[in-house]
Amino acid sequence: MFLIHEARMIVPNLHQITVEAPEVARSWRPGQFVVVRAEPEGERIPLSVADLDTKSGTITFVFLNVGYTTNRLASLEAGEFLPTVVGPLGNPLQLEPVKSVLLVGGCYGMGSLYPFAKAYHELGSEVIVVSEARSSFLLYWQERYRKLTSQVFCITRDGSLGLRGHVKQMEKIFEKHGTPELMIANGCNHLLQTACATVQPFGIRSLVSLNTIMIDGTGMCGVCRVTVGGETKFACVDGPYFDGQAVDWEELTLRRKSYLYQETLSTFSSSSCNHHLPARSA
Amino acid sequence: MSENQTQPARRFSTTQEEMPKQLAEVRVQNFEEVALGYTADLAMSEARRCLNCKKPLCVTGCPVENDIPAFLSCVVRGDFETGIQILKKTNCLPAVSGRVCPQEEQCEGVCVLHKKGAPVAIGRIERFLADWEAAQGAPKLPEKCEPTGRKVAVVGSGPAGLTVAGDLVLLGHEVTVFEALHELGGVLVYGIPEFRLPKAIVRREVEYLQSLGVKLVRDFVVGKTRSLDSLLETYDAIFIGAGAGLPWFLDVPGKNLIGVYSANEYLTRLNLMKGYRFPTMPTPIVPHHRVAVVGGGNVAMDCARSALRLGAETHIVYRRSKAELPARAEEVENAEEEGVIFDFLTLPTRILGNDQGIVIGLECVRMQLGEPDASGRRTPEPIAGSEFILDADAVICALGNSPNPLIPATTPDLAVGRKGNIVADEATGQTSKARVWAGGDVVTGAATVILAMGAGRKAARSIHEYLSSLG
Ligand SMILES: Cc1cc2nc3c(=O)[nH]c(=O)nc-3n(C[C@H](O)[C@H](O)[C@H](O)COP(=O)(O)OP(=O)(O)OC[C@H]3O[C@@H](n4cnc5c(N)ncnc54)[C@H](O)[C@@H]3O)c2cc1C
Ligand SMILES: Cc1cc2nc3c(=O)[nH]c(=O)nc-3n(C[C@H](O)[C@H](O)[C@H](O)COP(=O)(O)OP(=O)(O)OC[C@H]3O[C@@H](n4cnc5c(N)ncnc54)[C@H](O)[C@@H]3O)c2cc1C
Ligand code: SF4
Ligand code: FES
Repeated sequence: MFLIHEARMIVPNLHQITVEAPEVARSWRPGQFVVVRAEPEGERIPLSVADLDTKSGTITFVFLNVGYTTNRLASLEAGEFLPTVVGPLGNPLQLEPVKSVLLVGGCYGMGSLYPFAKAYHELGSEVIVVSEARSSFLLYWQERYRKLTSQVFCITRDGSLGLRGHVKQMEKIFEKHGTPELMIANGCNHLLQTACATVQPFGIRSLVSLNTIMIDGTGMCGVCRVTVGGETKFACVDGPYFDGQAVDWEELTLRRKSYLYQETLSTFSSSSCNHHLPARSA
Repeated sequence: MSENQTQPARRFSTTQEEMPKQLAEVRVQNFEEVALGYTADLAMSEARRCLNCKKPLCVTGCPVENDIPAFLSCVVRGDFETGIQILKKTNCLPAVSGRVCPQEEQCEGVCVLHKKGAPVAIGRIERFLADWEAAQGAPKLPEKCEPTGRKVAVVGSGPAGLTVAGDLVLLGHEVTVFEALHELGGVLVYGIPEFRLPKAIVRREVEYLQSLGVKLVRDFVVGKTRSLDSLLETYDAIFIGAGAGLPWFLDVPGKNLIGVYSANEYLTRLNLMKGYRFPTMPTPIVPHHRVAVVGGGNVAMDCARSALRLGAETHIVYRRSKAELPARAEEVENAEEEGVIFDFLTLPTRILGNDQGIVIGLECVRMQLGEPDASGRRTPEPIAGSEFILDADAVICALGNSPNPLIPATTPDLAVGRKGNIVADEATGQTSKARVWAGGDVVTGAATVILAMGAGRKAARSIHEYLSSLG
């Protein structure tokens, strides 16, 4: 059982939970993730680690309330327990000093990239942070990044702050500030794919945290398999970060939707109102 | 033997007492246990068939050398208490092995009555004794040796790990089991379905270990949460019973389509996560219409019979013939009764999908058996032009597993074999690394519960010798 120290919503529908997991906190390195369960007999879901404190043995994750389990997580409060927090899983990234590193995050990724900003800052690399959101009120942790670097940019769909549009607008940043050596991106698969396509002509090395379905997170089930460079890989043990330019995005997007009908069903079955239940798909 | 004189006359019957089971048309509608077990009368009557041979072959056939004639004579006398105690001397999980051992290849396969019709149904009697004991309430806790102050870490809570933990805790050592998943029991909880091995049985065994003082740590992946070397700083000895959990997929086009599962994924969703109760339970499983299970072992039977219970028409696609099926005979029979369709001598060549990336069929080719190979098995060969398409919306790969590389990858001085299995001495379980033992599927590759238990026993003995030598 893992004690929750803090739980709150940071911007609409995005939550932050800090939980005591000293063994995980001690071994975790940037790039690794954890698998959590929100309730006894609950489903296992993967989450990135957005921050940690080895002194208090706590880790923090930021998550979007999208479905059944994240909804349960969002309902928890400080003083309650998570039955499972297991990890760190996946491979740490080999962090080597680079001239400049570009961190691209959307949604929960805006939080998950924070450890990289700290690590590269300590390595003496120039850190460029790009956050993407639908509107300015969905941005968070920008001030944290500003403490580490002056290169903090945002792109909003409605133009309410920073550049207007999608992550493709990064091109403008490169034009003005030069092209970074390496991109690390975290967020939904669509963001990752678009970011990779955007940096590809600039020849920027791309590492992205693939968002697959997972169960065990230890290489036991194979549900997380992805095709990278023509080879089948298990995202949980071979990743979760992969060379974004070699990923088969079409396959990944289709596989991520495998349980769309069931996910919708379980999300609405946890609602008291049955009228939202979708029609059974073929 | 003098005690024989007091026993009722033996009945040299050529047929076994049947074990009651749920009717096929009823059981395909539920996930409850199929076999209902012998009553005391049936068990005694079946035990009476034993000839009490001078040189009991059955004992030589049992990988852990259960003293079979001895516990059978107890059953004949109705002395179930002594019977179960004899059994438990060599077998710490009789409720499990009685249900899942491939008895026809072991004790029952060499029983002399085999040639005369049917062997004594040893497995069923074993199961009866174990269930009888459980029905008597909480088991008496055996005497524990004085605490030795020595600490042992056990990695993995499958039959191998549980055996080591049980043996060493009784010898006075302090034992901690580390399990990667959130439930204890290994394949017994995530793989083998409820209808063949009720999870309550596994839970009972785990609770028993806990009452003996074994510490159980869930959600802890050795090699990730902590390295083996780091554990060696705290523990005097380590046993690795991490199993063979890395699934193999069909290496054919379409292997990553939606609806292609590893048996591990399918069974984990179902058993560990209780997906058959979705959406009451949050982990989903798709109730497919037509499922093709590729493979012919116990794992394939379990997948097929699970898919059937979720309402699908289910096919087993196997490249050899019925005689070569590696699954337990009883499960093949059960699967047939339940309506699983067997496509023997059939090799999948391609998985077909629609534009949504969802499986719509399995392209196969028919096979014929060729000349026997070095091992005497006839190799299947494709028949040219016999390609056909089996309509299916799911393909489950039950082709085998190899050991998970997580621990070796983070323990450079631990020797591993060609297939990723940890190298360990057969008699002692000792690995290439000092103070580290291993046993079960992680050493042998996917094998059986009883072999994993036997390996655990041997390793526990060797670990105890080592710890005792420390003074
Ligand atoms: C390595 C790894 C790290 C991850 N880290 C994080 C993290 O730090 N924070 C976080 O919030 N998520 C993270 N995810 C994604 C997270 O695991 C899923 O969002 C989660 O499993 C959803 O579970 P659920 O039961 O709440 O929703 P489900 O019932 O599984 O899904 C509900 C619906 O939401 C859709 N959906 C699922 N995920 C997303 C998404 N990310 N964005 C938009 N729609 C989605 C589904 O397709 C479905 O329609 C990570 C995934 C991986 C593989
Ligand atoms: C579906 C299925 C049906 C089967 N049917 C039969 C049958 O009818 N009869 C029979 O005799 N055998 C059967 N078997 C085989 C039998 O279950 C195995 O041979 C046996 O369970 C092996 O035991 P084990 O202790 O070596 O490993 P496992 O039972 O595999 O247990 C290993 C445990 O270690 C854990 N683990 C792995 N890595 C780590 C790590 N790094 N840190 C912490 N924990 C870790 C795993 O999560 C797992 O819980 C079947 C197997 C399957 C999959
Ligand atoms: S443990 Fe298995 S092989 Fe040994 S006697 Fe029992 S059923 Fe037979
Ligand atoms: S999540 Fe099961 S193998 Fe990756």
